[in-house]
Amino acid sequence: MTMNVVGRPTAPGRAGQSAPATLSGDRGLDHEEPLLFELGRAGMTGVDIVDVPVGGGRLAGLERKTPLGLPGLSEPEIVRHYVRLSRMNYAIDSGLYPLGSCTMKHNPRLNEKMARLPGFGDLHPLQPQQTAQGALTLISELMRWLTTLTGMSAVAMSPKAGAHGELCGLLTIRAALAARGENRTRILVPSSAHGTNPATAALAGYTVDAVPAKDDGLVDADALQAMLAPDVAAIMLTNPNTCGLFEGRIAEIGRAVHAAGAYFYCDGANFNAIAGRVRPGDLGIDAMHINLHKTFSTPHGGGGPGAGPVVLSAALAPFAPLPLLVYSANNLRLIEDRDAVPTDAKPFGRMCAFHGQMGMFVRALSYMLSHGADGIRQASEDAVLAANYILASLKDVLSAPFEGPCMHEALFDDTFLHDTGVTTLDFAKAMIDEGYHPMTMYFPLVVHGAMLIEPTESESKESLDRFIAVMRGLAEEAKAGNHARFAEAPYLAPRRRLDETRAARKPILRWTPQVLSEAAK
Amino acid sequence: MRYLPLTPNDRAAMLARIGSPDMDALFRAVPKAAIVGRDTFDLPDHQGELEVERALSRLSSQNISAGSAPFFCGAGAYRHHVPSAVDHLIQRSEFLTSYTPYQPEIAQGTLQYLFEFQTQVALLTGMEVANASLYDGSTATAEAVLMARRVTRRPKAILSGGLHPHYAETVETIAALSGTIVRAPCEPGRAEDIAALIDSDTACVVVQSPDVFGLIRDLKPIAEAAHAKGALLIAVVTEIVSLGLIEPPGAMGADIVAAEGQGIGNGLNFGGPYVGLFATREKFLRQMPGRLVGETVDAEDRRGFVLTLSTREQHIRREKATSNICTNSGLCCLAFTIHLALLGEEGFVRLARANHARAAALAERLSQIKGVSLVTSAFFNEFTLRLPKPAAGVVDALAERRILGGVPASRLLPREADARDLLILAATETNSDEDCRALAGALEEVLS
Amino acid sequence: MSETRYTDQHEWVRIDGDTATIGISKYAADQLGDVVYVELPEAGRKAVQGGDIAVVESVKAASEVYAPVSGEVTEANPALGGDPAKINADPEGEGWFFKLKLANTAELEKLMTEAQYAEFLKGL
Repeated sequence: MTMNVVGRPTAPGRAGQSAPATLSGDRGLDHEEPLLFELGRAGMTGVDIVDVPVGGGRLAGLERKTPLGLPGLSEPEIVRHYVRLSRMNYAIDSGLYPLGSCTMKHNPRLNEKMARLPGFGDLHPLQPQQTAQGALTLISELMRWLTTLTGMSAVAMSPKAGAHGELCGLLTIRAALAARGENRTRILVPSSAHGTNPATAALAGYTVDAVPAKDDGLVDADALQAMLAPDVAAIMLTNPNTCGLFEGRIAEIGRAVHAAGAYFYCDGANFNAIAGRVRPGDLGIDAMHINLHKTFSTPHGGGGPGAGPVVLSAALAPFAPLPLLVYSANNLRLIEDRDAVPTDAKPFGRMCAFHGQMGMFVRALSYMLSHGADGIRQASEDAVLAANYILASLKDVLSAPFEGPCMHEALFDDTFLHDTGVTTLDFAKAMIDEGYHPMTMYFPLVVHGAMLIEPTESESKESLDRFIAVMRGLAEEAKAGNHARFAEAPYLAPRRRLDETRAARKPILRWTPQVLSEAAK
Repeated sequence: MRYLPLTPNDRAAMLARIGSPDMDALFRAVPKAAIVGRDTFDLPDHQGELEVERALSRLSSQNISAGSAPFFCGAGAYRHHVPSAVDHLIQRSEFLTSYTPYQPEIAQGTLQYLFEFQTQVALLTGMEVANASLYDGSTATAEAVLMARRVTRRPKAILSGGLHPHYAETVETIAALSGTIVRAPCEPGRAEDIAALIDSDTACVVVQSPDVFGLIRDLKPIAEAAHAKGALLIAVVTEIVSLGLIEPPGAMGADIVAAEGQGIGNGLNFGGPYVGLFATREKFLRQMPGRLVGETVDAEDRRGFVLTLSTREQHIRREKATSNICTNSGLCCLAFTIHLALLGEEGFVRLARANHARAAALAERLSQIKGVSLVTSAFFNEFTLRLPKPAAGVVDALAERRILGGVPASRLLPREADARDLLILAATETNSDEDCRALAGALEEVLS
Repeated sequence: MSETRYTDQHEWVRIDGDTATIGISKYAADQLGDVVYVELPEAGRKAVQGGDIAVVESVKAASEVYAPVSGEVTEANPALGGDPAKINADPEGEGWFFKLKLANTAELEKLMTEAQYAEFLKGL
């Protein structure tokens, strides 16, 4: 490995071709970018607003006396700052994003345009309801799609993300049990579950018991049934599960859960594998959140916002939280007050202010109308096909812990890296140099050194073939002992590996003038 | 189908490689009885962009959008002018279509703007540290209550009567299982004596300023009373632009600030997505919920940013996590941070002044109408009027005249008899003189 | 004379008179990787053998530390707050977590000796 003057090592195998150090520190399209606070100056602004005099008479003597310390920049400087930052990010729009359990599918731009229509984007949540009938119709139409696709009775629309939906589901279950006069205290969660499941159960006031997984990657249905008892409120199961497999005994599990007087919560994170082909309502599920940002293509946006509506069985429907959407006198009406609900409704409370993630509802319905029921089914099939294609094409060089077929995710472990000195993490970082975002790593926890690959339906066969070729090549490089390619990768990203220990031991969570002066030293 | 790249030939070739005769074989783990056909779903087939756009545009046109009428609604969601650059920048593919920045080497763009966002929120609120955002102001408030209980190991939360009722109901729903919640009586236009409710079981007092009626509250005496009894003060801000003109909660003694950031950078969106701001003192850092970005260096000693202190979070601590939250409000906090960066100190202060001046003039004008009185003596850009008749009917009558004339307090407080005649109005820089004249004229008409 | 005993959860305890000093084993520190934070019990807290008493966090994991013996906590290691790296550098020495006043010496019998623990690690 050679080091140039700036200190950036060149890629393995490319010694001798490295570019000379630059004078600016930038390299071609690859720009370094200071913080806003290091760029700005007092007195500058990127927004022209006429300054108006303000009398202090209405401010109760609480006018701010000291400056906030915000930097001032003009519009061209701001635009350049964020464009440069954006170029340091990987994105679905720039390449395959095989992040298992995250469903990084294409985000249609039509959805963005529709969400910005003034009748949706520029509508106040508390303006008179007769002036928002189109928006309420859109919500009601999305509810119809969600309940029809899942075969469920009702849907609570307000949860703002998957984990928020999980909480909504468990609070619905808690309310249903309370209405039966029962105080059940435990929730069963498989050890392979997403971390949000046990965290949510604890937040909802339950103790969590882990259900073991079997060697074939499925939940141990016999152990689960043996654990059912009068104090079990619910089970939380992900299906298809986090190992990328369909829980084939799910209907039997559902019957046993109901026989024990408990409810069946399903984590719907992986609905993209089965939408249009399997209805969760047919499997005995009582509640399931749907991540609109996974299955229904609303953008992930660097970590949000999401949306997590919860579909409910007939048994749970009466307990859905406020607000409720009802038809009355030829109008749609949001019921926001617990005393105004229909007689059969017993809402458990309110998950958030207002009515949910309208901006995401518009995008999701735009996706649904575009695909139609036929296209949603085709999308699920293509997602499953692509994952199985990857599994079949890589299992001879990587190592797959479970026999296929898989659903929409292909799971590998690190057995193939045994004795190579290369870890799952190293392998993933080497993928970055090859132009790919790594897959999900070290999850699910039940598999050693897990690599969970979810290609989604958005990739062409050519794209999948290229990815497969690169993955095979990397596996062969690792086995051939080409350690350098992996040990310190990535070499070619905007940053090399970052020192997370330092970040956590002495947290610096904001810019301060002191930090700047220290850096100057 | 325009979003699906595989051709029938591709699919056949892929099945052949897999060694599967057909798609059904790939679904063989699914019980046969659970497989349904296309006919099961009473839903339409796929459509082109043109058809979808036509259908959704029709629904959009059935609403009266805020920009198409004189508009004065607030009560937790505010309409401000968002510079064009904001929406252009947040739609950059690299921001819009990236995931949570778990691979920091190829996510410095997201990580750096979140670090800048955390700094801005800390500066605005006058606090030491802020997280990378929560879902919205109401859920941030509930998280603040849970956090105060962890910090103090006490059960009771006291909610001010001026806290937005949706926020109070959200706290009651999410935080009911880990302690008790007391709601102080609602006294529109007055600061209740909340200090009298604080006792040795009290984890926190939750006070919104400006409150749901628009009243600016002095938090200092409440902070002192809370601290004297070992409790924390949680300050809630639903109109973040107010901090351009009013003392930040941190300077008045707040221990946690939970705020709605929608007013900067984000549209009304009929209630979501919005962006929850969350800030606190450094000593409570380990108890703070949500994602955090920290500064560090890479292997070549260059500055870089990473998600940090993640061991507090659900994917590692599972049932022992500080919160079950798995996401932040990424794109909405990007919109917030870009808009605030464009404003800068000068623009932000001018914006706040323009809002206050507009609201003060409107309150002056409307309170001259016969039978109308101003309930809130001190306010930022939102105030409450007492009308001579129920406000809900007045608002409906204004809507028939194509004026979106505020939020009747009874919509938020249906059981408060005293709220029946109260109308909550917000005015921002987006309101023209003409809008204000139209509202005043129509209100006079409706009340006469 | 002080003797070190170990639990199967990788805590160690060293007895000096009726004072027990407690920490995590070298094996545990190595498994965790770089320790970034510890949450230690305050003096006066009652520890119950096998119960949660502290938390140790590395970049990638947060782990509960269980009390190897029962007793009342007398002191937490003041050096760890500012320098948790001590736990990696010297886990069974300067990286001790806390001390407690031993309630029941019989509990020590349930713990492993150094030799037994070394044998136990071989089986992992």
